[in-house]
Amino acid sequence: MIEIDGITKTYGAMTAVDAVSMTVETGTITVIVGTSGSGKTTLLRMINRLEEPSAGEVRINGEATHSLKPHILRRRIGYAIQGHGLFPHHTVGRNIGAVPELLNWPKDKIRARVDELLELFSMDPDAFRDRYPAELSGGQQQRVGVARALASRPDLLLMDEPFGALDPIIRTRAQEDLRRIQQRLGSTIMLVTHDMEEAIRLGDRVAVMDGGKLVQHGTPAEIIAAPATEFVADMVGDVERPLRLLSLIPAGEVVEEGTANGEALPASASLRDALSACLWTGREAVPIERDGAAAGRVTLAAIRARAEAHG
Amino acid sequence: MSIGWSLRPILALFLLVLVLRPEWFAPMLAPLAPEGGPVIYERASLLSLSLSHLALVAAASAAAVVVAVTLAILVTRPSGAAFRPVSRTVANMGQTFPPVAVLALAVPALGFGAGPTLVALFLYGLLPIFENAVTGLSNLPPATMEAARGIGLNRWQRLVRVELPLALPVILTGVRLSVVIAMGTATIGSTVAARTLGEVIIAGLLTNNTAYVVQGGLVVGLFAVLIYDAMVQLERRLAARVGL
Repeated sequence: MIEIDGITKTYGAMTAVDAVSMTVETGTITVIVGTSGSGKTTLLRMINRLEEPSAGEVRINGEATHSLKPHILRRRIGYAIQGHGLFPHHTVGRNIGAVPELLNWPKDKIRARVDELLELFSMDPDAFRDRYPAELSGGQQQRVGVARALASRPDLLLMDEPFGALDPIIRTRAQEDLRRIQQRLGSTIMLVTHDMEEAIRLGDRVAVMDGGKLVQHGTPAEIIAAPATEFVADMVGDVERPLRLLSLIPAGEVVEEGTANGEALPASASLRDALSACLWTGREAVPIERDGAAAGRVTLAAIRARAEAHG
Repeated sequence: MSIGWSLRPILALFLLVLVLRPEWFAPMLAPLAPEGGPVIYERASLLSLSLSHLALVAAASAAAVVVAVTLAILVTRPSGAAFRPVSRTVANMGQTFPPVAVLALAVPALGFGAGPTLVALFLYGLLPIFENAVTGLSNLPPATMEAARGIGLNRWQRLVRVELPLALPVILTGVRLSVVIAMGTATIGSTVAARTLGEVIIAGLLTNNTAYVVQGGLVVGLFAVLIYDAMVQLERRLAARVGL
Protein backbone atom coordinates (compact mmCIF):
# COMPACT_ATOMS: atom_id res chain seq x y z
CA MET A 1 0.00 0.00 0.00
CA ILE A 2 1.28 3.46 -0.91
CA GLU A 3 0.22 6.31 1.35
CA ILE A 4 0.70 9.87 0.17
CA ASP A 5 0.26 12.16 3.11
CA GLY A 6 -0.19 15.91 2.67
CA ILE A 7 2.58 16.15 0.10
CA THR A 8 3.41 19.66 -1.10
CA LYS A 9 5.94 21.16 -3.50
CA THR A 10 6.57 24.88 -3.71
CA TYR A 11 8.94 26.70 -6.05
CA GLY A 12 9.40 30.14 -4.51
CA ALA A 13 5.91 31.65 -4.38
CA MET A 14 4.46 29.05 -6.74
CA THR A 15 2.79 25.95 -5.34
CA ALA A 16 3.10 23.12 -7.84
CA VAL A 17 1.50 20.46 -5.66
CA ASP A 18 -0.73 21.52 -2.81
CA ALA A 19 -1.16 19.15 0.14
CA VAL A 20 -2.17 16.06 -1.83
CA SER A 21 -3.17 12.99 0.17
CA MET A 22 -4.24 9.67 -1.25
CA THR A 23 -3.84 5.95 -0.75
CA VAL A 24 -3.01 3.47 -3.46
CA GLU A 25 -3.91 -0.16 -2.78
CA THR A 26 -1.39 -2.87 -3.61
CA GLY A 27 -2.04 -4.54 -6.96
CA THR A 28 -4.04 -1.69 -8.50
CA ILE A 29 -3.46 0.89 -11.19
CA THR A 30 -4.03 4.52 -10.18
CA VAL A 31 -4.02 6.98 -13.04
CA ILE A 32 -3.25 10.59 -12.23
CA VAL A 33 -4.81 12.75 -14.90
CA GLY A 34 -4.67 16.49 -15.44
CA THR A 35 -3.70 19.21 -17.89
CA SER A 36 -0.10 20.35 -18.22
CA GLY A 37 0.88 22.44 -15.22
CA SER A 38 -1.60 20.64 -12.97
CA GLY A 39 1.26 19.24 -10.87
CA LYS A 40 0.66 15.62 -11.86
CA THR A 41 4.23 14.92 -12.96
CA THR A 42 5.68 16.73 -9.93
CA LEU A 43 3.48 14.59 -7.70
CA LEU A 44 4.78 11.43 -9.36
CA ARG A 45 8.41 12.58 -9.19
CA MET A 46 8.11 13.27 -5.48
CA ILE A 47 7.25 9.63 -4.87
CA ASN A 48 10.70 8.41 -5.99
CA ARG A 49 12.26 11.67 -4.82
CA LEU A 50 13.39 12.93 -8.19
CA GLU A 51 11.84 16.02 -6.62
CA GLU A 52 12.12 16.49 -2.88
CA PRO A 53 8.76 17.35 -1.29
CA SER A 54 8.55 20.73 0.50
CA ALA A 55 6.20 19.19 3.04
CA GLY A 56 4.39 15.93 3.71
CA GLU A 57 5.59 12.38 3.27
CA VAL A 58 5.12 9.23 1.25
CA ARG A 59 5.03 5.77 2.82
CA ILE A 60 5.49 2.57 0.87
CA ASN A 61 4.16 -0.42 2.82
CA GLY A 62 4.41 1.70 5.95
CA GLU A 63 8.02 2.79 5.39
CA ALA A 64 8.65 6.51 4.84
CA THR A 65 10.51 7.20 1.58
CA HIS A 66 12.77 9.80 3.22
CA SER A 67 14.26 7.13 5.48
CA LEU A 68 16.30 5.81 2.53
CA LYS A 69 18.96 7.37 0.33
CA PRO A 70 17.28 8.55 -2.89
CA HIS A 71 19.15 6.22 -5.26
CA ILE A 72 18.51 3.23 -2.99
CA LEU A 73 14.81 4.12 -2.82
CA ARG A 74 14.62 4.45 -6.62
CA ARG A 75 15.98 0.93 -7.13
CA ARG A 76 12.89 -0.32 -5.34
CA ILE A 77 10.51 1.73 -7.46
CA GLY A 78 10.13 1.08 -11.18
CA TYR A 79 10.23 4.15 -13.39
CA ALA A 80 9.11 4.34 -17.00
CA ILE A 81 8.87 7.60 -18.93
CA GLN A 82 7.75 9.06 -22.20
CA GLY A 83 10.37 8.49 -24.88
CA HIS A 84 11.52 5.37 -22.95
CA GLY A 85 14.96 6.78 -21.93
CA LEU A 86 16.78 3.55 -22.75
CA PHE A 87 20.58 3.52 -22.63
CA PRO A 88 21.49 3.69 -26.33
CA HIS A 89 24.93 2.14 -25.77
CA HIS A 90 23.61 -0.93 -23.96
CA THR A 91 21.85 -3.92 -25.48
CA VAL A 92 18.18 -4.61 -24.79
CA GLY A 93 19.22 -7.31 -22.32
CA ARG A 94 21.55 -4.99 -20.43
CA ASN A 95 18.92 -2.24 -20.38
CA ILE A 96 16.30 -4.54 -18.88
CA GLY A 97 18.82 -5.97 -16.44
CA ALA A 98 20.03 -2.52 -15.33
CA VAL A 99 18.34 -2.42 -11.93
CA PRO A 100 19.01 -6.08 -11.03
CA GLU A 101 22.65 -5.35 -11.93
CA LEU A 102 22.62 -2.39 -9.52
CA LEU A 103 21.16 -4.69 -6.89
CA ASN A 104 23.98 -7.20 -7.50
CA TRP A 105 21.80 -10.07 -8.61
CA PRO A 106 23.84 -13.05 -9.84
CA LYS A 107 24.38 -13.04 -13.62
CA ASP A 108 22.30 -16.12 -14.42
CA LYS A 109 19.39 -14.80 -12.41
CA ILE A 110 19.50 -11.48 -14.31
CA ARG A 111 19.64 -13.34 -17.59
CA ALA A 112 16.65 -15.51 -16.70
CA ARG A 113 14.69 -12.45 -15.60
CA VAL A 114 15.49 -10.58 -18.83
CA ASP A 115 14.27 -13.52 -20.92
CA GLU A 116 11.16 -13.89 -18.80
CA LEU A 117 10.26 -10.21 -19.27
CA LEU A 118 10.95 -10.22 -23.01
CA GLU A 119 8.61 -13.18 -23.35
CA LEU A 120 6.00 -11.43 -21.24
CA PHE A 121 6.13 -8.51 -23.67
CA SER A 122 5.85 -10.88 -26.66
CA MET A 123 9.43 -10.27 -27.80
CA ASP A 124 11.52 -13.32 -28.66
CA PRO A 125 14.48 -13.26 -26.23
CA ASP A 126 16.90 -14.82 -28.73
CA ALA A 127 16.01 -12.22 -31.34
CA PHE A 128 15.98 -9.14 -29.14
CA ARG A 129 18.33 -9.70 -26.17
CA ASP A 130 21.49 -8.58 -27.96
CA ARG A 131 20.05 -5.80 -30.09
CA TYR A 132 20.59 -2.12 -29.43
CA PRO A 133 17.65 0.22 -28.76
CA ALA A 134 18.23 2.12 -32.03
CA GLU A 135 17.45 -1.10 -33.90
CA LEU A 136 13.93 -1.37 -32.42
CA SER A 137 10.64 0.20 -33.44
CA GLY A 138 9.05 2.84 -31.23
CA GLY A 139 6.59 0.36 -29.78
CA GLN A 140 9.35 -2.16 -29.01
CA GLN A 141 11.51 0.50 -27.36
CA GLN A 142 8.58 1.48 -25.17
CA ARG A 143 8.02 -2.16 -24.14
CA VAL A 144 11.68 -2.55 -23.26
CA GLY A 145 11.38 0.65 -21.19
CA VAL A 146 8.49 -0.82 -19.20
CA ALA A 147 10.26 -4.18 -18.91
CA ARG A 148 13.30 -2.40 -17.45
CA ALA A 149 11.04 -0.69 -14.90
CA LEU A 150 9.57 -4.06 -13.87
CA ALA A 151 12.82 -6.04 -13.82
CA SER A 152 13.56 -6.06 -10.11
CA ARG A 153 9.92 -6.76 -9.14
CA PRO A 154 9.53 -3.30 -7.58
CA ASP A 155 7.03 -2.51 -4.84
CA LEU A 156 5.65 0.20 -7.07
CA LEU A 157 5.87 1.17 -10.73
CA LEU A 158 5.73 4.86 -11.64
CA MET A 159 4.93 5.73 -15.24
CA ASP A 160 5.07 9.26 -16.64
CA GLU A 161 3.11 9.51 -19.90
CA PRO A 162 4.63 6.16 -20.92
CA PHE A 163 2.59 5.92 -24.11
CA GLY A 164 2.77 9.61 -25.04
CA ALA A 165 5.19 9.15 -27.93
CA LEU A 166 3.32 6.24 -29.56
CA ASP A 167 0.88 6.46 -32.44
CA PRO A 168 -2.78 5.66 -31.58
CA ILE A 169 -2.88 2.04 -32.75
CA ILE A 170 0.34 1.04 -31.01
CA ARG A 171 -0.74 3.01 -27.95
CA THR A 172 -3.97 1.01 -27.61
CA ARG A 173 -1.98 -2.19 -27.84
CA ALA A 174 0.55 -0.97 -25.28
CA GLN A 175 -2.29 -0.11 -22.89
CA GLU A 176 -3.80 -3.58 -23.29
CA ASP A 177 -0.38 -5.16 -22.72
CA LEU A 178 0.13 -3.13 -19.57
CA ARG A 179 -3.29 -4.16 -18.23
CA ARG A 180 -2.59 -7.82 -18.97
CA ILE A 181 0.89 -7.76 -17.45
CA GLN A 182 -0.25 -5.82 -14.39
CA GLN A 183 -2.96 -8.39 -13.72
CA ARG A 184 -0.55 -11.24 -14.24
CA LEU A 185 2.15 -9.83 -11.95
CA GLY A 186 -0.14 -8.07 -9.49
CA SER A 187 1.95 -4.91 -9.76
CA THR A 188 1.03 -1.64 -8.11
CA ILE A 189 1.18 1.12 -10.70
CA MET A 190 0.82 4.88 -10.62
CA LEU A 191 0.58 6.36 -14.09
CA VAL A 192 0.44 9.99 -15.16
CA THR A 193 -1.41 11.05 -18.30
CA HIS A 194 -3.27 14.04 -19.77
CA ASP A 195 -5.60 11.68 -21.63
CA MET A 196 -8.87 10.96 -19.80
CA GLU A 197 -9.62 8.14 -22.25
CA GLU A 198 -6.40 6.43 -21.18
CA ALA A 199 -7.19 7.09 -17.52
CA ILE A 200 -10.61 5.46 -17.80
CA ARG A 201 -9.33 2.54 -19.82
CA LEU A 202 -6.42 1.70 -17.52
CA GLY A 203 -7.28 2.94 -14.05
CA ASP A 204 -8.76 1.00 -11.18
CA ARG A 205 -8.72 4.44 -9.64
CA VAL A 206 -8.50 7.80 -11.32
CA ALA A 207 -7.07 10.84 -9.54
CA VAL A 208 -7.79 14.18 -11.20
CA MET A 209 -5.33 17.01 -10.54
CA ASP A 210 -6.05 20.68 -11.18
CA GLY A 211 -3.86 23.61 -10.20
CA GLY A 212 -1.75 21.47 -7.87
CA LYS A 213 -4.75 20.10 -5.99
CA LEU A 214 -6.26 16.64 -6.07
CA VAL A 215 -9.84 17.50 -7.05
CA GLN A 216 -11.29 14.01 -7.32
CA HIS A 217 -10.13 10.49 -6.62
CA GLY A 218 -12.40 7.58 -7.37
CA THR A 219 -13.23 4.72 -9.69
CA PRO A 220 -13.59 5.61 -13.37
CA ALA A 221 -17.37 5.10 -13.08
CA GLU A 222 -17.59 7.56 -10.18
CA ILE A 223 -15.54 10.14 -12.06
CA ILE A 224 -17.78 9.87 -15.12
CA ALA A 225 -21.10 9.67 -13.29
CA ALA A 226 -20.44 12.35 -10.69
CA PRO A 227 -17.64 14.75 -11.59
CA ALA A 228 -16.70 16.68 -8.45
CA THR A 229 -15.94 19.96 -10.19
CA GLU A 230 -16.51 21.80 -13.42
CA PHE A 231 -12.92 20.96 -14.37
CA VAL A 232 -13.42 17.22 -13.96
CA ALA A 233 -16.60 17.42 -16.02
CA ASP A 234 -14.61 19.23 -18.74
CA MET A 235 -11.90 16.58 -18.63
CA VAL A 236 -14.49 13.82 -18.98
CA GLY A 237 -16.30 15.76 -21.71
CA ASP A 238 -20.08 16.18 -21.41
CA VAL A 239 -20.84 14.76 -24.82
CA GLU A 240 -18.66 11.73 -24.23
CA ARG A 241 -19.93 10.86 -20.78
CA PRO A 242 -22.61 8.29 -21.64
CA LEU A 243 -20.26 6.51 -24.04
CA ARG A 244 -17.38 6.52 -21.57
CA LEU A 245 -19.68 5.08 -18.93
CA LEU A 246 -20.89 2.37 -21.30
CA SER A 247 -17.29 1.53 -22.16
CA LEU A 248 -16.74 0.52 -18.53
CA ILE A 249 -19.67 -1.91 -18.32
CA PRO A 250 -19.28 -5.44 -19.66
CA ALA A 251 -22.12 -6.67 -21.86
CA GLY A 252 -22.44 -9.69 -19.60
CA GLU A 253 -23.93 -7.43 -16.94
CA VAL A 254 -27.18 -6.65 -18.81
CA VAL A 255 -27.50 -9.81 -20.85
CA GLU A 256 -31.02 -11.21 -21.06
CA GLU A 257 -32.69 -14.40 -22.30
CA GLY A 258 -33.46 -14.54 -25.96
CA THR A 259 -31.85 -14.58 -29.35
CA ALA A 260 -30.75 -11.99 -31.87
CA ASN A 261 -29.46 -12.03 -35.42
CA GLY A 262 -26.01 -11.32 -36.70
CA GLU A 263 -22.52 -11.71 -35.33
CA ALA A 264 -22.19 -12.41 -31.60
CA LEU A 265 -20.05 -10.42 -29.12
CA PRO A 266 -18.18 -11.94 -26.18
CA ALA A 267 -19.65 -11.29 -22.73
CA SER A 268 -16.50 -9.34 -21.83
CA ALA A 269 -17.11 -6.78 -24.61
CA SER A 270 -18.28 -3.41 -23.31
CA LEU A 271 -21.78 -1.99 -23.75
CA ARG A 272 -20.14 0.65 -25.92
CA ASP A 273 -19.08 -2.10 -28.32
CA ALA A 274 -22.59 -3.57 -28.20
CA LEU A 275 -24.19 -0.18 -28.89
CA SER A 276 -21.79 0.39 -31.72
CA ALA A 277 -22.62 -3.02 -33.24
CA CYS A 278 -26.37 -2.32 -32.98
CA LEU A 279 -26.12 1.10 -34.61
CA TRP A 280 -23.79 0.03 -37.37
CA THR A 281 -25.82 -2.97 -38.50
CA GLY A 282 -29.28 -1.56 -37.70
CA ARG A 283 -30.10 -4.26 -35.15
CA GLU A 284 -32.25 -3.87 -32.03
CA ALA A 285 -30.21 -6.50 -30.17
CA VAL A 286 -26.92 -8.36 -30.46
CA PRO A 287 -26.30 -11.97 -29.42
CA ILE A 288 -23.81 -12.52 -26.62
CA GLU A 289 -21.69 -15.58 -26.18
CA ARG A 290 -19.67 -16.80 -23.25
CA ASP A 291 -16.71 -19.11 -23.94
CA GLY A 292 -18.05 -19.70 -27.42
CA ALA A 293 -21.55 -20.77 -26.28
CA ALA A 294 -24.66 -18.58 -26.79
CA ALA A 295 -25.52 -16.73 -23.58
CA GLY A 296 -28.49 -14.58 -24.60
CA ARG A 297 -28.66 -11.09 -26.01
CA VAL A 298 -28.20 -7.43 -25.19
CA THR A 299 -30.94 -5.09 -26.46
CA LEU A 300 -30.72 -1.41 -27.32
CA ALA A 301 -33.41 -0.77 -24.71
CA ALA A 302 -31.29 -2.45 -22.03
CA ILE A 303 -28.25 -0.38 -23.02
CA ARG A 304 -30.31 2.81 -22.85
CA ALA A 305 -31.74 1.84 -19.45
CA ARG A 306 -28.24 1.12 -18.11
CA ALA A 307 -26.87 4.45 -19.39
CA GLU A 308 -29.75 6.34 -17.75
CA ALA A 309 -29.21 4.53 -14.45
CA HIS A 310 -25.90 6.31 -13.81
CA GLY A 311 -24.98 7.80 -10.49
CA MET B 1 36.74 12.92 -44.06
CA SER B 2 38.43 9.60 -44.30
CA ILE B 3 40.86 8.25 -46.80
CA GLY B 4 39.51 5.34 -48.78
CA TRP B 5 40.15 1.66 -48.19
CA SER B 6 42.55 1.46 -51.10
CA LEU B 7 44.58 4.55 -50.24
CA ARG B 8 45.04 3.62 -46.58
CA PRO B 9 47.35 0.57 -47.01
CA ILE B 10 49.32 2.36 -49.73
CA LEU B 11 50.01 5.34 -47.48
CA ALA B 12 50.89 3.09 -44.55
CA LEU B 13 53.31 1.10 -46.69
CA PHE B 14 54.87 4.29 -48.10
CA LEU B 15 55.39 5.60 -44.57
CA LEU B 16 56.90 2.31 -43.41
CA VAL B 17 59.42 2.23 -46.22
CA LEU B 18 60.23 5.91 -45.76
CA VAL B 19 61.03 5.34 -42.09
CA LEU B 20 62.80 1.98 -42.31
CA ARG B 21 64.54 2.19 -45.71
CA PRO B 22 64.95 5.89 -46.50
CA GLU B 23 67.91 5.12 -48.75
CA TRP B 24 65.50 3.57 -51.30
CA PHE B 25 64.24 7.08 -51.98
CA ALA B 26 67.72 8.56 -52.56
CA PRO B 27 67.40 8.68 -56.37
CA MET B 28 64.11 10.59 -56.11
CA LEU B 29 65.36 13.03 -53.49
CA ALA B 30 68.81 13.59 -54.98
CA PRO B 31 67.75 16.50 -57.25
CA LEU B 32 66.53 18.35 -54.14
CA ALA B 33 69.82 18.04 -52.24
CA PRO B 34 72.64 20.56 -52.73
CA GLU B 35 75.23 19.42 -55.23
CA GLY B 36 77.58 16.89 -53.65
CA GLY B 37 75.74 17.13 -50.32
CA PRO B 38 74.06 14.24 -48.43
CA VAL B 39 70.60 13.19 -49.66
CA ILE B 40 69.41 11.00 -46.81
CA TYR B 41 69.50 12.21 -43.20
CA GLU B 42 71.91 9.94 -41.35
CA ARG B 43 72.76 11.63 -38.06
CA ALA B 44 69.97 9.63 -36.44
CA SER B 45 67.72 6.92 -37.81
CA LEU B 46 64.31 8.12 -38.92
CA LEU B 47 62.83 5.23 -36.99
CA SER B 48 64.21 6.32 -33.64
CA LEU B 49 63.25 9.94 -34.34
CA SER B 50 59.73 8.83 -35.27
CA LEU B 51 59.36 6.78 -32.12
CA SER B 52 60.61 9.62 -29.98
CA HIS B 53 58.30 12.06 -31.79
CA LEU B 54 55.28 9.79 -31.30
CA ALA B 55 56.17 9.17 -27.66
CA LEU B 56 56.33 12.92 -26.97
CA VAL B 57 52.96 13.48 -28.65
CA ALA B 58 51.41 10.50 -26.87
CA ALA B 59 52.65 11.59 -23.44
CA ALA B 60 51.56 15.21 -23.87
CA SER B 61 48.18 14.21 -25.32
CA ALA B 62 47.54 11.66 -22.58
CA ALA B 63 48.21 14.31 -19.94
CA ALA B 64 45.99 16.80 -21.82
CA VAL B 65 43.18 14.22 -22.03
CA VAL B 66 43.31 13.50 -18.30
CA VAL B 67 43.36 17.16 -17.32
CA ALA B 68 40.87 18.43 -19.92
CA VAL B 69 38.33 15.65 -19.39
CA THR B 70 38.57 15.92 -15.60
CA LEU B 71 38.05 19.66 -15.87
CA ALA B 72 35.11 19.16 -18.25
CA ILE B 73 33.52 16.66 -15.85
CA LEU B 74 33.89 19.09 -12.95
CA VAL B 75 32.39 22.08 -14.76
CA THR B 76 29.45 20.06 -16.10
CA ARG B 77 28.39 19.05 -12.56
CA PRO B 78 25.74 21.36 -11.07
CA SER B 79 28.18 22.40 -8.33
CA GLY B 80 30.95 23.22 -10.81
CA ALA B 81 28.89 25.20 -13.31
CA ALA B 82 30.16 28.48 -11.86
CA PHE B 83 33.71 27.61 -12.92
CA ARG B 84 32.81 26.96 -16.52
CA PRO B 85 33.62 30.45 -17.89
CA VAL B 86 36.91 30.60 -15.96
CA SER B 87 38.12 27.20 -17.11
CA ARG B 88 37.13 28.02 -20.65
CA THR B 89 39.21 31.19 -20.52
CA VAL B 90 42.21 29.29 -19.18
CA ALA B 91 41.96 26.63 -21.88
CA ASN B 92 41.56 29.35 -24.51
CA MET B 93 44.71 31.09 -23.30
CA GLY B 94 46.61 27.82 -23.65
CA GLN B 95 45.53 27.75 -27.27
CA THR B 96 46.24 31.43 -28.02
CA PHE B 97 49.80 31.29 -26.69
CA PRO B 98 52.08 30.46 -29.63
CA PRO B 99 53.91 27.17 -28.99
CA VAL B 100 57.21 28.80 -29.87
CA ALA B 101 56.68 31.33 -27.10
CA VAL B 102 55.88 28.53 -24.65
CA LEU B 103 59.07 26.76 -25.67
CA ALA B 104 61.13 29.91 -25.21
CA LEU B 105 59.63 30.59 -21.80
CA ALA B 106 59.92 27.00 -20.63
CA VAL B 107 63.58 26.53 -21.51
CA PRO B 108 64.94 28.63 -18.60
CA ALA B 109 62.76 26.65 -16.20
CA LEU B 110 63.07 23.16 -17.65
CA GLY B 111 66.30 23.32 -19.62
CA PHE B 112 66.79 22.08 -23.17
CA GLY B 113 65.33 18.76 -24.33
CA ALA B 114 61.93 17.12 -24.16
CA GLY B 115 60.59 19.04 -21.12
CA PRO B 116 59.64 22.36 -22.73
CA THR B 117 58.18 20.54 -25.74
CA LEU B 118 55.96 18.42 -23.51
CA VAL B 119 54.69 21.53 -21.75
CA ALA B 120 53.95 23.32 -25.01
CA LEU B 121 52.18 20.34 -26.55
CA PHE B 122 50.20 19.76 -23.36
CA LEU B 123 49.00 23.37 -23.11
CA TYR B 124 48.25 23.52 -26.79
CA GLY B 125 46.26 20.30 -26.68
CA LEU B 126 43.98 21.17 -23.78
CA LEU B 127 41.44 23.39 -25.51
CA PRO B 128 40.03 21.12 -28.25
CA ILE B 129 39.64 18.24 -25.79
CA PHE B 130 38.11 20.41 -23.09
CA GLU B 131 35.65 22.14 -25.45
CA ASN B 132 34.51 18.86 -26.96
CA ALA B 133 34.22 17.11 -23.62
CA VAL B 134 32.07 19.96 -22.27
CA THR B 135 29.89 19.84 -25.39
CA GLY B 136 29.58 16.06 -25.21
CA LEU B 137 28.77 16.00 -21.52
CA SER B 138 26.19 18.78 -21.74
CA ASN B 139 24.29 17.44 -24.75
CA LEU B 140 23.22 14.03 -23.53
CA PRO B 141 19.73 12.73 -24.37
CA PRO B 142 17.50 14.15 -21.59
CA ALA B 143 15.16 11.13 -21.41
CA THR B 144 18.13 8.80 -20.91
CA MET B 145 19.57 10.99 -18.17
CA GLU B 146 16.18 11.23 -16.46
CA ALA B 147 15.76 7.46 -16.64
CA ALA B 148 19.30 6.89 -15.33
CA ARG B 149 18.45 8.92 -12.25
CA GLY B 150 14.96 7.49 -12.00
CA ILE B 151 16.03 3.84 -11.91
CA GLY B 152 18.56 4.46 -9.15
CA LEU B 153 22.04 5.09 -10.56
CA ASN B 154 24.03 7.29 -8.20
CA ARG B 155 26.14 10.19 -9.49
CA TRP B 156 29.29 8.18 -10.02
CA GLN B 157 27.43 5.38 -11.78
CA ARG B 158 25.65 7.88 -14.02
CA LEU B 159 28.99 9.45 -14.97
CA VAL B 160 30.85 6.22 -15.61
CA ARG B 161 28.08 4.07 -17.07
CA VAL B 162 26.05 6.61 -19.01
CA GLU B 163 27.53 10.08 -19.42
CA LEU B 164 31.12 9.28 -20.40
CA PRO B 165 30.25 6.41 -22.78
CA LEU B 166 27.63 8.56 -24.52
CA ALA B 167 29.96 11.58 -24.74
CA LEU B 168 32.93 9.46 -25.86
CA PRO B 169 32.58 9.95 -29.63
CA VAL B 170 32.49 13.75 -29.20
CA ILE B 171 35.40 13.68 -26.74
CA LEU B 172 37.41 11.58 -29.19
CA THR B 173 36.87 14.17 -31.91
CA GLY B 174 38.57 16.68 -29.61
CA VAL B 175 41.40 14.24 -28.90
CA ARG B 176 41.87 13.69 -32.60
CA LEU B 177 42.16 17.41 -33.36
CA SER B 178 44.53 17.81 -30.45
CA VAL B 179 46.77 14.91 -31.46
CA VAL B 180 47.02 16.03 -35.07
CA ILE B 181 47.93 19.57 -34.03
CA ALA B 182 50.52 18.13 -31.63
CA MET B 183 52.06 15.97 -34.39
CA GLY B 184 52.89 19.12 -36.32
CA THR B 185 53.75 21.30 -33.36
CA ALA B 186 56.19 18.74 -31.96
CA THR B 187 58.57 19.41 -34.87
CA ILE B 188 59.25 22.87 -33.38
CA GLY B 189 60.47 21.07 -30.26
CA SER B 190 63.71 20.27 -32.05
CA THR B 191 64.66 23.97 -31.87
CA VAL B 192 65.19 23.35 -28.15
CA ALA B 193 66.86 19.98 -28.68
CA ALA B 194 63.91 17.65 -28.22
CA ARG B 195 64.39 14.51 -30.32
CA THR B 196 61.61 14.74 -32.89
CA LEU B 197 61.29 14.51 -36.66
CA GLY B 198 61.65 18.28 -36.60
CA GLU B 199 65.39 17.63 -36.29
CA VAL B 200 65.46 16.48 -39.93
CA ILE B 201 63.49 19.48 -41.15
CA ILE B 202 65.57 21.96 -39.17
CA ALA B 203 68.82 20.35 -40.36
CA GLY B 204 67.53 20.74 -43.92
CA LEU B 205 66.64 24.40 -43.38
CA LEU B 206 70.04 25.17 -41.82
CA THR B 207 72.03 23.53 -44.62
CA ASN B 208 69.76 24.55 -47.48
CA ASN B 209 69.02 20.86 -48.04
CA THR B 210 65.45 20.55 -49.37
CA ALA B 211 65.80 16.76 -49.47
CA TYR B 212 65.98 16.69 -45.65
CA VAL B 213 63.02 19.05 -45.35
CA VAL B 214 60.91 16.85 -47.64
CA GLN B 215 61.87 13.68 -45.78
CA GLY B 216 61.00 15.06 -42.37
CA GLY B 217 57.85 16.77 -43.61
CA LEU B 218 56.59 13.68 -45.42
CA VAL B 219 57.05 11.39 -42.42
CA VAL B 220 55.29 13.81 -40.03
CA GLY B 221 52.52 14.46 -42.54
CA LEU B 222 51.89 10.76 -43.21
CA PHE B 223 51.80 9.95 -39.51
CA ALA B 224 49.28 12.76 -38.96
CA VAL B 225 47.04 11.65 -41.83
CA LEU B 226 47.05 8.00 -40.76
CA ILE B 227 46.42 8.76 -37.10
CA TYR B 228 43.62 11.16 -38.03
CA ASP B 229 42.06 8.50 -40.23
CA ALA B 230 42.32 5.77 -37.61
CA MET B 231 40.62 7.97 -35.04
CA VAL B 232 37.82 8.91 -37.44
CA GLN B 233 37.18 5.19 -37.91
CA LEU B 234 37.12 4.63 -34.17
CA GLU B 235 34.71 7.53 -33.60
CA ARG B 236 32.37 6.26 -36.30
CA ARG B 237 32.30 2.84 -34.76
CA LEU B 238 31.55 4.23 -31.31
CA ALA B 239 28.93 6.66 -32.61
CA ALA B 240 27.11 3.86 -34.43
CA ARG B 241 27.19 1.93 -31.18
CA VAL B 242 25.42 4.64 -29.19
CA GLY B 243 22.94 5.15 -32.01
CA LEU B 244 23.87 8.71 -32.92
